[in-house]
Amino acid sequence: MHIFAKRPASLALTLLLAVGVAACGGDSDAPGAAEAVTEMPFDLATAGAVSGMVMFEGTPPAPEPVDMQSERACWESYDEPPTREWVKVRAGHLAEVLIYVKEGLEEMRFPVPQEAVVIDQVGCRYVPPVVGVMANQTITLRNSDGLLHNINATPTVNRGFNIGQPVNMDTNRSFPMAEVAIPLRCDVHGWMAAWVGVFTHPYHAVTGDSGTFSLADLPPGEYTIAAWHPRLGEQEQRITVTTGETTSVSFTFEAES
Amino acid sequence: MRRAILSSALAVLALAAIPSSGKGQAESTRGKEVYDRWCSACHGVEGDGLGSAAGYMLPRPRDFTRGIYQIRTTAGGELPTDADILHIIDRGMPGTSMPGWESQLPRRDREALVEYLKGFYPAFASLPPPEPLSFGRAPRVTDERLAEGRDFYQRVECWQCHGDAGRGDGVSSPTLEDDWGYPIRAPDLTKNWLFNGGGRVEDIYHRLRTGLDGTPMPSFSDLIDAGFMTDDQLWSLAHYVRSLAPERAPRVREVIRVERLAPEELPTSLDDERWGEVESFHIPLVAQIIVAPRWFDPAVSAVRVQGVHDGERVTFRIVWSDRSRSPDPRWLPWQTRVLEVMEPREGAVPEPGPRPDGLTVQLPLTIPTGMDRPYFLMGDSRTPVALLRWWSDQPDRITRARARGVRDIQELPGGEVTTEARWNEGQWELLIHRPLRTGDPENDLQMEEGVSIPIAFFAWDGDHGEEGTRGSISSWFFFHLEPEVPPTVFVAPLFAILLTGGFGVLVVARAQRRERTAHDPQEG
Repeated sequence: MHIFAKRPASLALTLLLAVGVAACGGDSDAPGAAEAVTEMPFDLATAGAVSGMVMFEGTPPAPEPVDMQSERACWESYDEPPTREWVKVRAGHLAEVLIYVKEGLEEMRFPVPQEAVVIDQVGCRYVPPVVGVMANQTITLRNSDGLLHNINATPTVNRGFNIGQPVNMDTNRSFPMAEVAIPLRCDVHGWMAAWVGVFTHPYHAVTGDSGTFSLADLPPGEYTIAAWHPRLGEQEQRITVTTGETTSVSFTFEAES
Repeated sequence: MRRAILSSALAVLALAAIPSSGKGQAESTRGKEVYDRWCSACHGVEGDGLGSAAGYMLPRPRDFTRGIYQIRTTAGGELPTDADILHIIDRGMPGTSMPGWESQLPRRDREALVEYLKGFYPAFASLPPPEPLSFGRAPRVTDERLAEGRDFYQRVECWQCHGDAGRGDGVSSPTLEDDWGYPIRAPDLTKNWLFNGGGRVEDIYHRLRTGLDGTPMPSFSDLIDAGFMTDDQLWSLAHYVRSLAPERAPRVREVIRVERLAPEELPTSLDDERWGEVESFHIPLVAQIIVAPRWFDPAVSAVRVQGVHDGERVTFRIVWSDRSRSPDPRWLPWQTRVLEVMEPREGAVPEPGPRPDGLTVQLPLTIPTGMDRPYFLMGDSRTPVALLRWWSDQPDRITRARARGVRDIQELPGGEVTTEARWNEGQWELLIHRPLRTGDPENDLQMEEGVSIPIAFFAWDGDHGEEGTRGSISSWFFFHLEPEVPPTVFVAPLFAILLTGGFGVLVVARAQRRERTAHDPQEG
């Protein structure tokens, strides 16, 4: 069952009552809560876009070997001894960076996507390890390994959960409050780690190997764009979006000296 | 619009009702007084779990500011009910430093504490009251049910952490951390009296449904929703886990009865089936917190002791749970973390490294008369004690020593004592054979039958960073070598019965005669 489905009216109460109270949960489709928004809160014809790239300068830390021998099935699924590449750089481009609008959209409410974001567990890894979702958007936690994983979410703003999945199965969860970023871990396989960024809007993306990203259909205005990486921290930039234009922005992370 | 006004009104009402109503205020003042006095030393004045004593405890005291509670009746990730919080205040958490307060504090104070604790996590006030899950009643336990539970123990892969025999020695066990990053043990399921949330089958089932938030233990409610197993099968699993522990928590008895057997009946190895018929004695061990460097997180909480003798030789079988066969390199990160986080940092904090497990049996050098016994912590300069010391890096060897306190241990060569040891699935088994009387009466206790002889135990888990004074100790217990029963034992009672009977007849006859005389009018 959906763990947040048992909290009627909590979001409204939370918003009204606990401005400044950081940690609480809620459910937007409960009666009395803010009406679920179904349409974009601005004229799409006025929209602009943002696109850019995340670069990495210097030598990234070497991938760490992952000792999976305690789980033979996972260990044997790799041709080479598995490693965790905490800072994934390809041709100077940085992957697994969460890009999002940090400031500038506070006044607007956006429809929650119907489709779920899937985090799979394959070969005793989370795929993908970094995702962005909207508040109350369904996250499907999938076990494709068919062996025991637990998914232990340890947020600080939202409420956490810890679910056991001993077989191939899907479990759906969602987080009602914005938070960057919620760590997921598997206690059975201590090397497994993933992060979920939760936003009140759909303007977020995760870079792939090319290091590029784009945020389409943004209302015109001034924004703070942030780039968050699990190991390298966060950077911000102020940008202006104008109708019909694509604003370019790039971030550069550096190797720790 | 109307809904918005209603919401606002509700919010104002709620605001007014929660923090500042007269009753609430009084309760929270009372709650604060009680909390500051009884709880803050461990849980911290700010409720962050960082009280002055916190560093001496693993698991650490609860940090109330994150609203994460292990023992609940609510779904995973949910807040606890007031009754859940009160339950833990009342009963405490077995297996941890948290005592129960039910008999220590009046109910009013404990209820005020519940309110005060909730205040450390403001969302308690803004979220609707959490609803307990509905749990059915425990079905009857049957052999079929236990077999089904065992099957699910395998399929759910409980053994990954808890181990195949349930002693907390699973392959993931050395890597476990709680949500605060502290090392956390997978519980030894054979000791249900140490379960944090209680050891009844109902408690176990509840934990399977709710998980233990803040720990690696997940909730398995989703398995029912996903059709992987039924609620009834989850009960079977709970019954199976319950069956790993004895029916009743072991009783502590002062005297270990060492049964006398014929020489050919004496078990000669760990595998001897006759051990199954020998009574087992539970000896609790506690942290060594008397001599510096002290140790507040002992890994070995008890040993079980069996003893037999034949009038010439005595054999003890000592069994205890230990999650690893130290030194095991897979447990080195665990040891590193434990040594990092445990207070006090007395003396030189040992570097993490390969350390063996150890067990020491302590005996007096002579059988004491009366209540006078050597100092229980390895004797003193006035009255030394005899030690039999065993280490897991030389498991086939047991050595003698004479100790005058923990810092003055003198190893002795030779001796007529032999041993056999085995580690299997989170448990050590150790045999110690010794003649009752040895050729070295100056250094060995000469044992006698029919008297109570003091005995004490010390244990170390090397992979838990234990060595020297950092370990577990027992107080003095006794063992009693059953004497041979002489034939007079059977004759004497018969004789006594005849004698008593005859004497009784005599007394009655006499009394009757006297009564007759008393009633004779001629004599009056």
